Amino acid sequence: MRVASSARSRRRPPLLLVILAGIGLALFVMPLIGLLFKAPWRDLPELLSGPTVADALRLSLLTSIAATGVAAIIGVPIAWLLARVEFPFRSVVRALVLLPLVLPPVVGGAALLFALGRRGVVGEPLNQATGLVLPFSTWGVVVAVTFVAMPFLIITVEGALRNLDTRYEGAAASLGAGQWTVLRRVTFPMIAPSLVAGLLLTWARALGEFGATITFAGNLQGRTQTLPLAVFVAMESDRDTAIALSLVMVAISLTVLIVLRDRWWGAS
Amino acid sequence: MTGGLDARLVVERDGGFVLDISIEIEAGMTVALLGPNAAGKSTAVGALAGLIPLERGHIQLGDRVLDDPARGWFVVPEERHIGVVFQDYLLFPHQTVAQNVAFGVRGSRVQPGGSVSAWLDRLGLSELARRKPADLSGGQAQRVALARALITEPQLLLLDEPLAALDVTTRAQLRHILADHLRSFAGPRLLITHDPTEAFLLADRIHVIENGHITQVGTPEDIRLRPRTSYIADLAGSNLIEGVAADGVISVSGHTLTAADTKAQGPVLATIHPRAISIHRNHPEGSPRNTWQTVVRRIEHYGDRVRLQTSDPVPLTAEITPGATSALDIHEGDSVWVSIKATEVTMEPGSSVAAVAPSVDDAE
Amino acid sequence: MNTGLRTCLVAMVTAVLTISCGGQQDRGSEVLVSAAASLTDAFVAIEEAFERANPEIEVVLNFGGSASLREQILAGAPADVFASANLANMDVIVQAGLTVADAQVFATNSLAVAVPPGNPGAVAGLADFARPELLLGVCADGVPCGVFAREALARTGVEPSFDTNEPDVRSLLTKVEAGELDAGIVYVTDIAAGEGRVEGLAIPPPINVVASYPIAVLSDGEGRAAGGAFVEYVLSADGRAILDQYGFGAP
Repeated sequence: MRVASSARSRRRPPLLLVILAGIGLALFVMPLIGLLFKAPWRDLPELLSGPTVADALRLSLLTSIAATGVAAIIGVPIAWLLARVEFPFRSVVRALVLLPLVLPPVVGGAALLFALGRRGVVGEPLNQATGLVLPFSTWGVVVAVTFVAMPFLIITVEGALRNLDTRYEGAAASLGAGQWTVLRRVTFPMIAPSLVAGLLLTWARALGEFGATITFAGNLQGRTQTLPLAVFVAMESDRDTAIALSLVMVAISLTVLIVLRDRWWGAS
Repeated sequence: MTGGLDARLVVERDGGFVLDISIEIEAGMTVALLGPNAAGKSTAVGALAGLIPLERGHIQLGDRVLDDPARGWFVVPEERHIGVVFQDYLLFPHQTVAQNVAFGVRGSRVQPGGSVSAWLDRLGLSELARRKPADLSGGQAQRVALARALITEPQLLLLDEPLAALDVTTRAQLRHILADHLRSFAGPRLLITHDPTEAFLLADRIHVIENGHITQVGTPEDIRLRPRTSYIADLAGSNLIEGVAADGVISVSGHTLTAADTKAQGPVLATIHPRAISIHRNHPEGSPRNTWQTVVRRIEHYGDRVRLQTSDPVPLTAEITPGATSALDIHEGDSVWVSIKATEVTMEPGSSVAAVAPSVDDAE
Repeated sequence: MNTGLRTCLVAMVTAVLTISCGGQQDRGSEVLVSAAASLTDAFVAIEEAFERANPEIEVVLNFGGSASLREQILAGAPADVFASANLANMDVIVQAGLTVADAQVFATNSLAVAVPPGNPGAVAGLADFARPELLLGVCADGVPCGVFAREALARTGVEPSFDTNEPDVRSLLTKVEAGELDAGIVYVTDIAAGEGRVEGLAIPPPINVVASYPIAVLSDGEGRAAGGAFVEYVLSADGRAILDQYGFGAP
C-alpha cells in the first residue's frame, strides 16, 4: 500500500507548464512596464489637470456605467430567454447576439451608423418622427459601447441560468411564489455571483471601447471623447499626454478588478 | 369528500414511461405511496404539485379542481396550496433558516398559520434561525423543510422521501417528529417512500406503486400479511417486531429474541424476513438461537410460495415452499416449531410510538 | 485526442509557421509606402502606373493620418517611403535622421467644404460652421487636414461648432457622403475623388490654405533602392500628370 507523505504529495508543477505560463505572463506585464518606464512622471500632475483629461474621464465613467446598466436591463432578459425558453431558431439568435464579440468594433460602429444614423434604416424615420439624432452624441457613445459589451453579460448570465437547478424554482412555486417573485427572490439571488462577474466584464469592455465609439459617435471633447479616443488623438500630437491618459485608464481598471477580485473567483 | 384529495394521474414521460394511478385521501388521513425507485413516485409528486401537467385524469383537492386536461383546466403551482417537503429539501441556499421558513408567508398570498418564530420553536429550530442551509445537518434541514411547508397551512401535505437522505439513527428520531406533525395536520397527507418501515409506521393506508401502476392498496397490516406481488412480499412482507434490546437480547412482550448485533440498546424495531424462518414438526436441534413452539393460525398459497401465520408468543409470518408444506403435512391449527437464526434478526433503533420524547437538540 | 481538437491544433500550427516563414522573402523588390489619407486615390493610380513600368518592383501602400504615420515611423515601422500632407510631420522625421536625403515637395492641395448630395443642410461656406443645429465635422487637430481647417476658420473669424474630430480625412469624407454629417472641411482633391458622392463648395483663396505635400525615402527601410525609384517616379512628369488628374496642384 502506497502512502504518500504530505511533503511528497505537494509535488512541484510541471516545468514546461511553468515556463509557458511565464511567457504568457510576460506578454501581459511587458506593455505595462513599457508604459511605466516611458511615463513623464514629473509632468504628470500638470498633464492630468487639463480639461481634456477631466472631460475624457467623466465621459468614460459615465458612458461605461450607463452602458452596463442598459446591458443589464435588456441583456438579462435575452439571457433568460436563451437559457429557459425553447423557441424556433434559438441557436441562430444566440449566434446573432454574440456577433459583436467576433466583429471588429469599427465594423460594428459602421453598421450602427447604417442602422441608427441620421440617414440610417431605422435612424432616418426615427429622426423624422422625433428629431432624435444618436450619432455624435453622448447617448451615441452609450449605444456603441453597449453593442460591443453586452454579449459578455449575456454569455455569463445564460451560463449561470443553465447551471441553476430549476427544482429550487419549483419549490418556490409550491410555496406560493408567482413567476416574478420566483425570479426576484430565488433565481436572481442564486445567480448573483455570476451576474456580478458578468456586469464587471461588461463594464470593463465598455470602458475600453474605441473603434465603435469613434465610428458611430464621433470624437468631440466633452461630448463623445472618451479616454481611449483621447489617448488616440493625443498620440498624434502629444505623446506624453497620451501616456498620462493611458496610465489613468490602467489605474482605474486595475483598481476595480483588484477590489472585486474575490467576487470574481466566487462566481463558479 | 370534504377537504380530501381525489386524483387520477396519467403522465407520459420521455422514454415511454407511463404513470397511471388513482389516489384518494380523506382529510386527516396519511396515505403512503410505496414503491421502488423509478416506479413513478417523483412523477406523481410533480404532477400533484403542478410542476408536471397531466396527460389525462384529474386532480381535485377539496372542492377545487387543480388539473383537468379534458376540460383544459390547470391551476399553476403557486395557487395550489399544496405543501411539499422535497426529497433533497431544496432549502434556498442564499437564505437563512428563518428566511426559508418565512418564504411562503412573507408578502405572498398566504396567511401564516402562526408566526415564524412559533414554527421554529415547534420544530426545535430556534437556535438555528440565522444559519444557512449549508451549515445544517440532514436532520436539521429536514425539519426546516417541514416547517417551511407547514407554515403556509396547505390543503394537502406532500412528503417526497422525507427521511431518505438520513442515517439510521437520525431517521428514527425524525420519524417521531414527522409522525407528530402528520397527526396534527388536519388535511390529507401523502407520503412518498421506498422504505416499507416508514410506510408501515406513518401511514393509515398504503398504495404500492410499481412501474407506474398501483399494484396493491391496503392498510399496513394488509400489505404485510397479504402481499400481492413479489416486490411487496420481498420488501414489505417482513415481520416487524417492537421490543427493547440489551446486549443482543430483545424483549418482546414477555418473550426474548436473540439477535447477532449486541451493540443496540433500548427500543428497537426488529425485522425478520419470512424466508428466514424455518418450520419444524418437532423441537429442532442445531445452531439457531430462536426456537419456540407455536400454532399455525393461517395458511395462504401464492403460487409457488406458501405463507404461514403463527401465533404466540411472537406472531410471525413465515414463508416456505408448497413442497415443504405438504411434506410436513401442515394444516391450520397445527402445532409447529419455529426456528430463526440470530443473524437473521436485524434491528434498527426506534419505535412506532413516541414512548420517550426524542432528544431534538441534536447530537447529530 | 478527438478530431475537433486535432483540427484546431493543425490550424494553429500552420498559422504560426506561415507567419514565421512569411518574413523570409526577398524584400529588396518590395516598396512600402506610407502616405497621407488624402493621397489615397492618386497614389493607387501611381502605384499601378509605376508597377507597369517597373514589373519587378511591388508597391505596398499604407494610408493613414499623417500624424499616425509619423508616429509609426518614429516607432520603427518598416516603411521605405513617407508622403505627408504637411511639412511639419515630415520635418520631425527628417530631424530624427530617418530620411536618406531632404524631403521634396511633390504636390500641393487646398481645402474645400464637402456636403452630401443635395446639400440638405443648406451650407454656403465656412461661415455656416458656426451653426449649432448642423452636424459638422473636421479632422482632428493633430492631423494636417485638421490643422489647416482650423487655420482657415480662424481667418474667417468663425467660432466653429463641430460635432466630431475625425482621425483622418477619409473617415470624415465617408460620414459626409453618408449624410450623417451636414458638412466637413476636406481637401479639394477629396471632392474630386468622391466622384459625385459629395458636393464641394470652394473656399476663396485669401481664406484658403495651401498644403505642401513632401515626400522622402526613409533610411531604415529594406527597399531603399526601389523606394528611390518610386519617389523619382512621383516627381517625374508622368507622376505629375497623374497627380494633376486627381486635383493636386503643382509643387
